[in-house]
Amino acid sequence: MIGQRTSQRSFAGSVDWLLIISYLLLVTIGFMNVYSTVHNTYPDVFVWDSRACKQLVWIGSAFLLAIMILFVIPTRIYEQIAIPAYLGIFVLLVLVIFIGKETNGSHSWFELGPIKLQPAELSKITSSLTLAAIISKLDLKFKTFRDYLIAGAVMGLPMVAILAENETGSMLVYVGFLFVLYREGISGWWLFLLGLLIATVVVTLKFGPFWSLLLVGIAATATNEIVIGKGRRWFLIFLPIVTVLIVWQIIFTRLTAENPESAARFFDPAYITAALLAVLMVVYLIRGFRSLNGFKMTSVGAILACIIMVFSIDFLFDKVLQPHQQKRIEVLLGITEDRSGAGYNVYQSKVAIGSGGFFGRGYLNGTQSTYGFVPEQSTDFIFCTVGEEWGFLGCTAIILLYVLLISRIVNGAEKSRERFTRIYGYCVAACLFMHLMINVGMTIGLMPVIGIPLPLVSYGGSSLWAFTILIFIFVALDRNEKKYF
Amino acid sequence: MKLDRKNKLLIGLCVAAGLLILQLFSIQVLSSDFKNEASSQSTLRVPVYPRRGVIKDRNGKVLVGNKQCYDVMVTPKIVREFDTLEFCRIFDVDKEYVQNKFAEFKANAKRIGYQEVVLLKQVSKEKYTEFAEIKGFDGFRCQLRNIRDYPFNAGGNLLGYVSEVDADFIKRHPGEYRPGDYAGRTGLEAAREQDLRGVKGEQKFIRNSRNQIEGPYKDGLEDIEAVPGKDIVTTIDAELQSYGQRLMQHKVGSLVAIEPSTGEILALVSSPGIDVDMLAEIGKHYKEISENPYKPMFNRAVQASYPPGSCFKVMNGLIGLNEGVITPATAYPCSRGYHFGNHTLGCHAHTSPLDLETSIMMSCNAYYCYVLKNLLENKKYESIDEAMTVWNEYVHSFGFGEKLGSDFPAELGGNIPTANYYNKIYGKGHWKANTVISISIGQGEIGCTPLHLANFCATVANRGFFYTPHIVKDSEGVEIDEKYHEKRYTKVAPEHFEKVVGGMYRAVNSPFGSGATASIAQVPGLDICGKTGTAQNPHGDDNSVFMCFAPKDNPKIAVAAYIENGGFGATWAAPIASLLVEKYLNGEIRDERKGLEYRMLTGDIMWKVRVKKKK
Repeated sequence: MIGQRTSQRSFAGSVDWLLIISYLLLVTIGFMNVYSTVHNTYPDVFVWDSRACKQLVWIGSAFLLAIMILFVIPTRIYEQIAIPAYLGIFVLLVLVIFIGKETNGSHSWFELGPIKLQPAELSKITSSLTLAAIISKLDLKFKTFRDYLIAGAVMGLPMVAILAENETGSMLVYVGFLFVLYREGISGWWLFLLGLLIATVVVTLKFGPFWSLLLVGIAATATNEIVIGKGRRWFLIFLPIVTVLIVWQIIFTRLTAENPESAARFFDPAYITAALLAVLMVVYLIRGFRSLNGFKMTSVGAILACIIMVFSIDFLFDKVLQPHQQKRIEVLLGITEDRSGAGYNVYQSKVAIGSGGFFGRGYLNGTQSTYGFVPEQSTDFIFCTVGEEWGFLGCTAIILLYVLLISRIVNGAEKSRERFTRIYGYCVAACLFMHLMINVGMTIGLMPVIGIPLPLVSYGGSSLWAFTILIFIFVALDRNEKKYF
Repeated sequence: MKLDRKNKLLIGLCVAAGLLILQLFSIQVLSSDFKNEASSQSTLRVPVYPRRGVIKDRNGKVLVGNKQCYDVMVTPKIVREFDTLEFCRIFDVDKEYVQNKFAEFKANAKRIGYQEVVLLKQVSKEKYTEFAEIKGFDGFRCQLRNIRDYPFNAGGNLLGYVSEVDADFIKRHPGEYRPGDYAGRTGLEAAREQDLRGVKGEQKFIRNSRNQIEGPYKDGLEDIEAVPGKDIVTTIDAELQSYGQRLMQHKVGSLVAIEPSTGEILALVSSPGIDVDMLAEIGKHYKEISENPYKPMFNRAVQASYPPGSCFKVMNGLIGLNEGVITPATAYPCSRGYHFGNHTLGCHAHTSPLDLETSIMMSCNAYYCYVLKNLLENKKYESIDEAMTVWNEYVHSFGFGEKLGSDFPAELGGNIPTANYYNKIYGKGHWKANTVISISIGQGEIGCTPLHLANFCATVANRGFFYTPHIVKDSEGVEIDEKYHEKRYTKVAPEHFEKVVGGMYRAVNSPFGSGATASIAQVPGLDICGKTGTAQNPHGDDNSVFMCFAPKDNPKIAVAAYIENGGFGATWAAPIASLLVEKYLNGEIRDERKGLEYRMLTGDIMWKVRVKKKK
């Protein structure tokens, strides 16, 4: 019936081929590397026990799903089913906490006979659709607190449930939706604040409260002065104070190291900095109130949040995080070195990737990922195989392939006339981006060990299907728009 | 391109991807640590130990060979739970031993990493076969080793032993050894280590995370083959050495035999020594050996300094002849000794006066006191200092007072006194010939090793020259130092030797009752020439000394025997040395000397030797 329209473009002319090709390339690379991890045990691909064979089945079924989405399912239903599906999946997310089967310390899998289902994977799709549907329907402009609240609730609900399932990795992916909201109008300062908070945590854990408070102080004063446009004042007043504080910190460390009972201990630079920040807050509050400067008042809140963060970080670290998570973070930050315990996975993973060198050892020639030295070698640590066998060249190529895929999605989304499609496209891009950063970052020691798969490449049906659906709904939406114009 | 939010996000994407690529560059391209670690984790380097060179005697008989055994190796990091009881049953070890070993590995886990370490050493082939057939021992592997095998009981501490290198040894030979290597530690094994050890090879395998070998690394292209050690041919005659050891059992002392025409050492016995059975398992016996008060590790033949006693009269006679202070016909009286001032240097009863030959034959003390007096008070020299220096140079020219330069790693130089030495003791001008008269009869400050004495005897046999004594012969692949082929002449003219040889011939071949001191060493037809010595020993009975060579013309063997606390030279040393000569030249002992042989083989004088008991 659609075929009767004369203005309609062909399938070939209405899809982004670069996007499809990068998808197909990544899936193929995934299959090749999964085979590489098992080729020593199963040299023959077509053996059902072999993960390579299973991956072929997952890929075949993923293609079927993609075809269904492109040619069978009408695109208009996504906007309609978004919210009911979102709520349904939310119920599953909560249910799985109680009746899910525990795997690796998390309750996130339903097991119905041979079929295993992870609602968190599906939740990425429904959350993306719902975020797109609600923002576009309610026409949220993020000028009022209400807009923030609604978008925050859509993101926050599944995050809380997934955190309760103990799937920290999947939860972190949702943080990526902040980039979507940024595109849709929230202030860039929120991203800045998020970055500042992360930096504060890292600096506090690694270097101590003084340095993180100093960082907060520099960030707060520099942004406020530069926003007012008085960069000179910052250099004249605040830079000398910062210098003096740093010098005192160095002297203080030496004095207390020599003699812990020294009178200097009453003048801890961390407390001095905190006191200075308190004064600064009062000044900014008064000034902001007088001039009704919202930015100043918000930054006071931000400073306060950061200070609380700095002084409660030990408590949070010790009480909220589980011991294995604490260890992983300590290892990542280089606070403790533990090659046989918590740091084992990362170390082995780095060894495998590092052994690849520039050109790699050649396909199927890896030893570390083939002979069991790398943990979870076909799923979360599949990138080790790439790194070992394909070297720096192959790794860079694959990362660039992801960049291509993500930027094609972003470009397509940007060109879209409908806000729903645009927001959804950004959501897909954000999910891919977060997975890429967390997974690859983990294997090369830039991120703590958080078990999430490398999209389209890691072994496993659940993840492959979820990303295929996620990507192809966007391709379908994109095509739907293009074919009429 | 405008800087809108989309582009800002895309820039962010590129920066983030750039960070990943940067970190990849740092660990894959810049750092080599991970490559090294990966290769140490996944490649198993198995050393291929070369066959150690065999040590043969002069007739090609194998003195030291090799036999195969296995070391049980383990990679602790890879070992999972295993059946300790089964393991202990197969190898017949205590459970505690295995547990302690693994506790030790655990304590050193960081240092060991993915390396293999030794769990059990030198297990037999049978045990290895049994173990190899059982599964369930991940991380274990057996390594073929060659250990020493001694098919013939001769040599003992002359051969030395081989043992695993320790940390100290590795430090002293930087870059040459790794833990687990074996090295010669004493005797010939140590002296010829460079030739014997060969060059270690290496095989590389790919292993999985359970230490199972997956296949050769790069098809074995990088493997290095081991180069077997070179065989060593010694100058030792295994049969003679073995016979010498049997003669010397239950006695403390040395027996050295040299082939005068080459300087080759035919036999070198230090008693008590170490049995080859002990050498093979030196680790097991080390404590027992080191606690033995007779110090069996101590090679007396080259490391003990003794006074040579009356054997040294031959030396003073030769110097006297060469210096012209006596002629062969010069005769001196002896009234039971040499009298000077209130002192007497005693002698035994014999005819008087006597000439040079007879003085050697009967071993007259007084005669040599006169000779020494003549030498030191020679008007040719301005002072006694100068005369003493000349005497000293003569003695040195026979190799005394310095290391002979043999191929033994620890040879002692001994001591020949100098004028300076006496000036220090008595003060310049405060000593004269009579003060130092005891050196005339090889007593006092003179110290030499049994090897010196045997070499002296060989020099007399050669009538004036010797080859530096040595124990390794030229053979395929092994060339000994050129110096062992060079004649070393003494300062005494060759023509003077015939006279003293005559004396030594008469000392042995004159009948009993003629006053000859060494008639007991006489073997009809062998023309043995010898000189006895009875050296004072401050610790108990005199030492029994004898040196001899045979036959008189064209000598084939020169022997020195030194028996601590053995009494007169003729009591133990002369019979033992003569039996050795007889065995070497005739291949068997004459019937009428069988009784003497039996007495020597069974005689036990260990009780006479005073030793310090270790607590």
